[in-house]
Amino acid sequence: MFKAYENPVYDYIKSPDQDADTLVHHPLVIVGAGPVGLAAGLDAAINGIPAIILDDNNTVSVGSRAVCYSKRALEVLDRLGCAKRMVDKGVIWKMGKVFFKDQLVTSFDLLPEEGHEQPAFINLQQYYLEQYMVDRSDELDNINIRWKNRVTVVDNDADSNIVTLTIETPDGPYQISTDWLIVADGANSSVRSMLGLAMEGKTFEDRFLIADIIMKADFPSERWFSFDPSYHKGQSTLLHSQSDNVWRLDFQLGWDKDPEEEEKPENIIPRVKAMMGDNVEFELEWASVYTFMCRRMERFRQGRVIFVGDAAHQVSPFGARGANSGFQDTDNLLWKLKLVMDGKAPDALIDSYCAEREYAADENLLNSTRSTDFISPKSNTSLQFRNATLELSKDYHFAQKLVNSGRLSDAAFLTESPLNTADEDAFEGNMVAGAVMDDAPIQGDQDERWALKVFANQFQLLYFIDNASTLDESTARQLLAMTQGSIPIQPVVVSTSGTAPQGIKTIQDIKRLLSKRYDAKNGTCYLTRPDQHVAGRWRTLDSSKISQALNTATCNG
Amino acid sequence: MSRTKTLNTESNFYQPNQQVFRAYRAGDDFYEALIETHLGLTDEQSQQVNAKLILLLANQVGDLDVLREALDAARQGV
Repeated sequence: MFKAYENPVYDYIKSPDQDADTLVHHPLVIVGAGPVGLAAGLDAAINGIPAIILDDNNTVSVGSRAVCYSKRALEVLDRLGCAKRMVDKGVIWKMGKVFFKDQLVTSFDLLPEEGHEQPAFINLQQYYLEQYMVDRSDELDNINIRWKNRVTVVDNDADSNIVTLTIETPDGPYQISTDWLIVADGANSSVRSMLGLAMEGKTFEDRFLIADIIMKADFPSERWFSFDPSYHKGQSTLLHSQSDNVWRLDFQLGWDKDPEEEEKPENIIPRVKAMMGDNVEFELEWASVYTFMCRRMERFRQGRVIFVGDAAHQVSPFGARGANSGFQDTDNLLWKLKLVMDGKAPDALIDSYCAEREYAADENLLNSTRSTDFISPKSNTSLQFRNATLELSKDYHFAQKLVNSGRLSDAAFLTESPLNTADEDAFEGNMVAGAVMDDAPIQGDQDERWALKVFANQFQLLYFIDNASTLDESTARQLLAMTQGSIPIQPVVVSTSGTAPQGIKTIQDIKRLLSKRYDAKNGTCYLTRPDQHVAGRWRTLDSSKISQALNTATCNG
Repeated sequence: MSRTKTLNTESNFYQPNQQVFRAYRAGDDFYEALIETHLGLTDEQSQQVNAKLILLLANQVGDLDVLREALDAARQGV
């Protein structure tokens, strides 16, 4: 197998730490060079934190595995400097179609509005995604990926706040210590086990077969989900395209099937033929029979050890809420870690990572569990309601909206976050405190074309005014004063004409979509976080309120 | 009194006094509650629950024109 891709082999390089006479100490170590561990490393580098990534293997993902990457994940990856290559290589899609007994019953558009840089979704084999992230890490200083470095012992010493690791390598074991350990070693996290931490949840009693095939076909790049198709009675299937003419087929098998038997090519090929037709020429690329669990750790940190991605939470695959939520974990964490490392925010800011991402994990678990219950009903009554919904969806809008073949990954609105400042003024729309910022096309003073290219990596104050040139001196002074705090806030004037005085950054809301999406009027301001979330918003500029909101958003208040 | 109401088949689930960010959320909340109501029941018990549920909801709707439309729609294709 594996005709579509040849895995790169990354060299194991002996580190000077292995020959050092004394224990070498590092500010940050990340375990796992999968998508989420690599994202943590890239984000650390962007924040100026030297990071070491330890991985027990020496290549990227074997097999295509996770293939759907969401708009929000791509926005994060774009901030990390590697989305473009993924979007260029990946298959862009936004339409999902749902069939019941071979009849199209409903379809959904995941990004019905224009004016976002990133597509709703791309499908891309996980190995490409990881490879591009490794390539990106080569461009940045301060990331050191150590391949063939397997962590065997973790000593998380609560008194010293120092984590000591024993690491096995081809040259034998060595030890290092670190102030902070980010654990990104996946659903079967060995670090989690070493620390004796539980991950409670439930296993679903159903089996699914993934078969990736290479096939020349001219189906549109859409997600096709079939309930009870004639070629696979009583079960469901999913068809999705990837790069290089690779297609993802997913068959629901039922709990009674033998996984070893089902993984044999002689059993897979007839299933593929039944689905795609006898005459379709294809080659089998990769197959895997899986079951899944929905579970999360009760708490995503233990002292200086912080869990991200599948190591912290695990969901069913329907909805692509695994890797996509992992990227949002590190997006949330790294700027906080930087402030805490620099002594600009208390340790409680790391607790807010737990509060926010545990909340998001619960939402992902809720949605993916609901999808699973719809796809794989557990009782006769549940099956009857499911099939009645599908029957009614042939004719009725309300039933179409109830059909749940996977609620595809979307960002949680962190409305309960302790970092939020509640609205005092009236606003319409979704840009509440805790929301991920909506993108929009703009023209920036450094030729930026998209809002999220400007709003990133620092606290910023968006100040909306029709004509930036009319910004009065006192307002300009207040805006500039914000850059002088221990945690600076960059002011960004959003206008439709003119240039703000005294060199204040100005962007033009060329299609007026920013002011629409943010329900902005003259004088409206938004305090935004380095991870592109809204921290607070007001109808008029008041420095003391913004300063208080910054304190709240950094646990300094 | 002129007839104004017809059976609403557009999606109509909502959580009162709560901002909803995702269009699928309220419907999914209902669907889960519906399935959970039947948790642990035998098929026969579930049928009883469903019969009672239909009667309760029918009384809530009240409008016989609407109810007759719903009865027809439910009977279709069975």
